[in-house]
Amino acid sequence: MQPQLSSEPLVSYKLIKLHLIAAAIALLLSMAAGFLYSLQFLGYYPWPDSELLAPGHIRLIHTNLAAYGWLVNGFTAMTYYAVPRLTGSKVLSEKMGTLIFAVWQFALLASLGGFLFNRAQAIEWGETPTGFRPGTFDLNWIPVDLIVVIGAVLLITQFMVPIYKAREQKFYVTLWYFISGFVWLALTYLMGNIIPEWVLPGAAGAAVTGLFIHDLVGLYVTPMGWGLMYFFVPLILKKPIWSHSLSVIGFWGLAFFYPLGGVHHFLISPIPDYVEYGAITTTLAIEVVVTTVVVNFFMTLRGKWSALRTSFAIRWFYAGAVMYFITCFQCAFQVTWMFQKIIHFTDWVVSHAHMIMFGTFTFWLFGVIDWLWPRIVRREWHSTSLRAWHFWLSVTGIVVMFFDLMIAGLVHGFMQRELNHWTDIIDMSIPFWWVRTVSGAMLLGGLMCGLYNMYATAKSDVEYVEENHLIPASAD
Amino acid sequence: MERFYTLAFAAGIGCFAVAFVLSIAFPVMSLDNYKGMEYQSLEQLAETPSQSFVDLSTSYPEAFAEAFGEMNSESYGEALRRGRDIYIGQACWHCHSQYVRVVSNEEQRFGTPSTAQEYNNYLNQPHLWGTRRVGPDLAREYGKRTNDWHIAHLINPKNVVPLSVMPAYAYYFNEDGSPKRDGFSLVTYLQWIGSTYKGDPQP
Ligand code: HEC
Ligand code: HEM
Ligand code: HEM
Repeated sequence: MQPQLSSEPLVSYKLIKLHLIAAAIALLLSMAAGFLYSLQFLGYYPWPDSELLAPGHIRLIHTNLAAYGWLVNGFTAMTYYAVPRLTGSKVLSEKMGTLIFAVWQFALLASLGGFLFNRAQAIEWGETPTGFRPGTFDLNWIPVDLIVVIGAVLLITQFMVPIYKAREQKFYVTLWYFISGFVWLALTYLMGNIIPEWVLPGAAGAAVTGLFIHDLVGLYVTPMGWGLMYFFVPLILKKPIWSHSLSVIGFWGLAFFYPLGGVHHFLISPIPDYVEYGAITTTLAIEVVVTTVVVNFFMTLRGKWSALRTSFAIRWFYAGAVMYFITCFQCAFQVTWMFQKIIHFTDWVVSHAHMIMFGTFTFWLFGVIDWLWPRIVRREWHSTSLRAWHFWLSVTGIVVMFFDLMIAGLVHGFMQRELNHWTDIIDMSIPFWWVRTVSGAMLLGGLMCGLYNMYATAKSDVEYVEENHLIPASAD
Repeated sequence: MERFYTLAFAAGIGCFAVAFVLSIAFPVMSLDNYKGMEYQSLEQLAETPSQSFVDLSTSYPEAFAEAFGEMNSESYGEALRRGRDIYIGQACWHCHSQYVRVVSNEEQRFGTPSTAQEYNNYLNQPHLWGTRRVGPDLAREYGKRTNDWHIAHLINPKNVVPLSVMPAYAYYFNEDGSPKRDGFSLVTYLQWIGSTYKGDPQP
């Protein structure tokens, strides 16, 4: 891998820019929706009488825009950067890239419309409308699921071409993750959206939806995120990854163990117990895998700790890696029956979801954006202090939200066990929900600093000069 | 091992398939062993309209006639299906679970723990178990409350439970409190949830 930092036609900056802008807009909307929905919990929801803007609809918009609008667009953007550089050849075609872009954004808009008109599908994380009445083929909305699969297949074609051309080379581990991430995305999406609705009702279908929730985060978001780290960290630090063998172990561990844990989303349920034991055991195995990956990241940073001070991207990456480790440490407990009894169904799970989706994967994408944006628009960052505000507001906000909701979840779980009246549980939660909304406002504030900074950078007239951005090769 | 084909197929498809078989085929096989698991279609579920549906039609004759016309198994099936569509579209299932676990004293709070067999029907396709309880579990809602309670609660939960954080669904009801088509459907569906529970399964 040779970082050639001048602009050259190998990489299509136009497509990267398009996807990054779409991603940024989606994240802003998604977080605004999350913020609005959190007001419902405080009794200050702004449109209590509107059917179209009902809180439930806003919640669907929140999670789906976060996953399909922000993460998918963001990951696609950085794949457009990484794959041509790793393989030495261009993606299939820029025209097709524009088409893919249009297909994804259309799918998003059609989903948003579907949510507002009660057309969501009852698959957690796959609420994008099927367009068909459950279990039949009567069309009642744009079949978004189909469009998403088409989009995924087009993406696979787009990136497989350069990868296939490079098939005689030894692949760097990032490519492994990207290949599998795209293949898994398409497979997972097909599985989760079709089987529970057309083939397997009830408890057997629940095993599939559990697997779907899990595969989507574990077999798409995680490999894309790891691949990104394996690519950008060595590129920015200008040193190889600490251990290639560990990264290979991480890959096969992920591929093998991750999808086996699907049922852990419905523990102590009518799904047979031995299936649950299997899911719990493999989930614990994933802990080991994740630890190897995190260790690898940190050993790579060894000797270059000063980069945390000099490079915002590295700061985002490693803050994300720390939070990754914290969440997965939390996971090791939450997956056991002992914890599940208490924390399942509570805010604890919400804290886990935000810490990992925002604190880790969103942070990593912010890191990429911080590094890539000046190179795309060929301008120096408009303001360093806005970058710092973005970072520190995000870190503080997410850490506060994490501990706040985790504690709320524990108390909720115990109160539920002790048969407290449900309204007492709500009464107890409301102060925690206030803290959640305030920390959410911090995240939003940070994001706005970041977005404004991106905009001002694109408009500024200070030319970007690569030489100013080299990290000194010397150790600390 | 590092070649393109190995990767795309061994990792991409192989591992995925193994997981699929292990975590789906097995539950399917052992769930099939339960007696009383025969799948129920919407027509079967709606064969005899529930008492609460009958009551709705007599309590609000005009509104009911306008919404559904006749009270029969066909309109009952339509109300169930529609009620469920709203339950999904309004994301009720992101605040309410639909299964009772055997732990955390849930038996005392909600009722008998859920069994696999009660979910084997059209209205659990896909299932609506949910993963979050902002409000209580609804798997044993069947017959727990009266129609009037549900109507008053849906129009504005705070009128019934002052501390509630549940959204109001007043737009599914007329000014005089009689339900519209969607209001009827939602109440009918809520009164149905859990009615397929028929005692513990025999392994
Ligand atoms: C923001 C989360 C939220 C959403 C969305 C929500 N609920 Fe609720 N629900 C609650 C809370 C909290 C309670 C407990 C307080 C109360 O009874 O109002 C509750 C209570 C209930 C109850 C009473 C259960 C009982 O027997 O005590 C029913 C029935 C109900 N909800 C149905 C619905 C339906 C139907 C929808 C969708 C149209 C819905 N809920 C959407 C939060 C929510
Ligand atoms: C402004 C900041 C945010 C606020 C105020 C916020 C608020 C919320 C609220 C209130 C919920 C519903 C929780 C519940 O059902 O009890 C939620 C769910 C969720 N949010 Fe956010 N959110 C924010 C940012 C984000 C971001 C940036 C992401 C991802 C990138 C995200 C991902 C999720 C996920 C995955 C869930 C589903 C959790 C679950 O079902 O367990 N959120 N959020
Ligand atoms: C080793 C690491 C991980 C473990 C052990 C783990 C475990 C779990 C478990 C057991 C649950 C279910 C909790 C419950 O409902 O009671 C859960 C939920 C969740 N996990 Fe993870 N997880 C891990 C990593 C991740 C990653 C990497 C992501 C995202 C990219 C993620 C995203 C989520 C989300 C979004 C939910 C909430 C799903 C919902 O909406 O209900 N997790 N996790």
